[in-house]
Amino acid sequence: LSLDLVVNVVVAGLLTGLVYGLMALGLSVIFGVVRVVNFAHGEMMTIAMYAATVLFAALKLDPFLAVLPVAIAFFIFGYALQAGFINPFITRPEHSQFMLLVAVAIIMVNALLMIFGPDARNVQIDYQLESFELGSILVDKARLYAALLAVAAAAALFAFFRLSLTGKAIRACADNYMGARVVGLNIKHLYSLTFGLGAACVAIAGCAMVLLVDVTPPLGPYYTLLAFVIVIVGGLGSMTGALLGGVLIGVSEALAGLLIAPSAKSMFSFGLLILVLLLRPQGLLGRKS
Amino acid sequence: MRARIGLAALAALLVALPAFAGSYALSVATLILYFAYIGQAWNVMMGFAGQLSLGHSLYVGVGAYTAGALFFHYGIGPWAGLWLAMLLCVAFGLVIGFLAFRFGISGVYFALLTIAFAEFTRIGFDHLDWLGGPGGMFLRVAQRDVWDLANFRGPPLMYYYTMLALTAGAFLLCFFLLKSRAGYYWQAIRENEEAAQALGINTFRWKMVAVGLSAALTSISGVFFAFYYNNLFPEQIFHISRSIEIILGPVIGGVGTLFGPILGAAVLTLLSDGITELLAALGLEIPGIKQVFYGVVLLIVVMFLPHGIWPALSRKIGIDR
Repeated sequence: LSLDLVVNVVVAGLLTGLVYGLMALGLSVIFGVVRVVNFAHGEMMTIAMYAATVLFAALKLDPFLAVLPVAIAFFIFGYALQAGFINPFITRPEHSQFMLLVAVAIIMVNALLMIFGPDARNVQIDYQLESFELGSILVDKARLYAALLAVAAAAALFAFFRLSLTGKAIRACADNYMGARVVGLNIKHLYSLTFGLGAACVAIAGCAMVLLVDVTPPLGPYYTLLAFVIVIVGGLGSMTGALLGGVLIGVSEALAGLLIAPSAKSMFSFGLLILVLLLRPQGLLGRKS
Repeated sequence: MRARIGLAALAALLVALPAFAGSYALSVATLILYFAYIGQAWNVMMGFAGQLSLGHSLYVGVGAYTAGALFFHYGIGPWAGLWLAMLLCVAFGLVIGFLAFRFGISGVYFALLTIAFAEFTRIGFDHLDWLGGPGGMFLRVAQRDVWDLANFRGPPLMYYYTMLALTAGAFLLCFFLLKSRAGYYWQAIRENEEAAQALGINTFRWKMVAVGLSAALTSISGVFFAFYYNNLFPEQIFHISRSIEIILGPVIGGVGTLFGPILGAAVLTLLSDGITELLAALGLEIPGIKQVFYGVVLLIVVMFLPHGIWPALSRKIGIDR
């Protein structure tokens, strides 16, 4: 076990972690504003990954170009899902909301199984095998591009919430529901918009992730749990927290896979989740409510 | 009065069922009772005391593996193993409850904490070679024609009546619990914890009681699972989809009601079986198609019957519970 190997694994984990972070960012934004826990989040991620493989197989479309159509489709889908199904549930108890999204998740993961079967799918592009050499560190090209895309998308979302009027209105809804209603904001529209944006984040993360791993239907529930872990660790509702949590989980999973056993890597994540929930329930970067 | 007659008729029907049901129908009925029982156990925690657990597969798994391992390694039968299983599950439940309630974790966060503990345990069991690891643990399957109650080995009929007795017992227990001091304390906590505390209820203690009781009841279903199916895999028994399966029945039937878990289990199991049969008859046997139908029905029920089927149904037929 050389230092070079450890550094290589950490760098790879960090880059993958940024993609995880973008996925979790979608969840964080949805929960932070709509206050609904999206239990179909990882399933949406796998749908985006399958969409990228289909576009690649049919049109030879590079996943980095597939990002645009997939993200737009997901935005519309997310908007419709929130407007049609989840908006009527925002005043219902948590377990009722939970069941709704579980039903959506069951439909999604099994529809994928029906259409694509249980076998793993992937995309194969030349630069997936190439890497940059920085001294003794090898950085996979595809991983680096995926991480850069994730950072760019997160920055764009961040700018939207900080600078645009609509973004500010959404934050107003999240901060003070009653107040937002009083000043005449169209809350249902803004909620749907938020879910659409969260879905678009997932779409982008999915297109990036398909360059790094093969996709199978059971990956959906796994990513859902992973997104929860990241968001709680980083702090629900904190956007930088989601990215930081993603990196933290990406690196710790990679290291646990190297040092303990690959199959034990998510045990580490859940252990971290338990510790954070108990000791710092607002997350590492979250605000105390 | 109406409710009592209906209940008596149902009990009589269930006792007499093996006389006219085939072996397939009997296995379906056993499965319904299994989910009805386990749903009732979950309902104590969520339906009565308002603590949403999404990690109940933890107690099924620990219960199943405890009794299973004692039998597998030392030949100790389930009647002794049951007590250890219950003890361990109560201990697990109390530790989780203590941590969660002492640190003031509630709602979605509590649910996520229960998931985290179940998943953590699942992966841990994958690495315990003594229990077979990911390859699973297989209990010796004995001949199935004699009732060997000591080792809990016998024909399907034995398992059916065991499950019927357990379900009836859990139903009665919950019936009396709801009318007891504990039941009223729990419901007060569920509706408004701060108000309950202001009235002098020790909310911490009563939430712990709910978790411990729910864990103990659930562990029994785990022991049953081990000796009914004879094979245990961490990947299956601890998985989050098992926890979801557990709560589907009571949620569909009606959270917090006595009859909801039973009705929900019956509806879901029959639905799942009906869909399988229908699709087989139509020649549509694509993997996943059954669960898609299942999900759609679930979606419709959740959307249009927010409190579950039983509250709506009981109002219609004039029973208040």
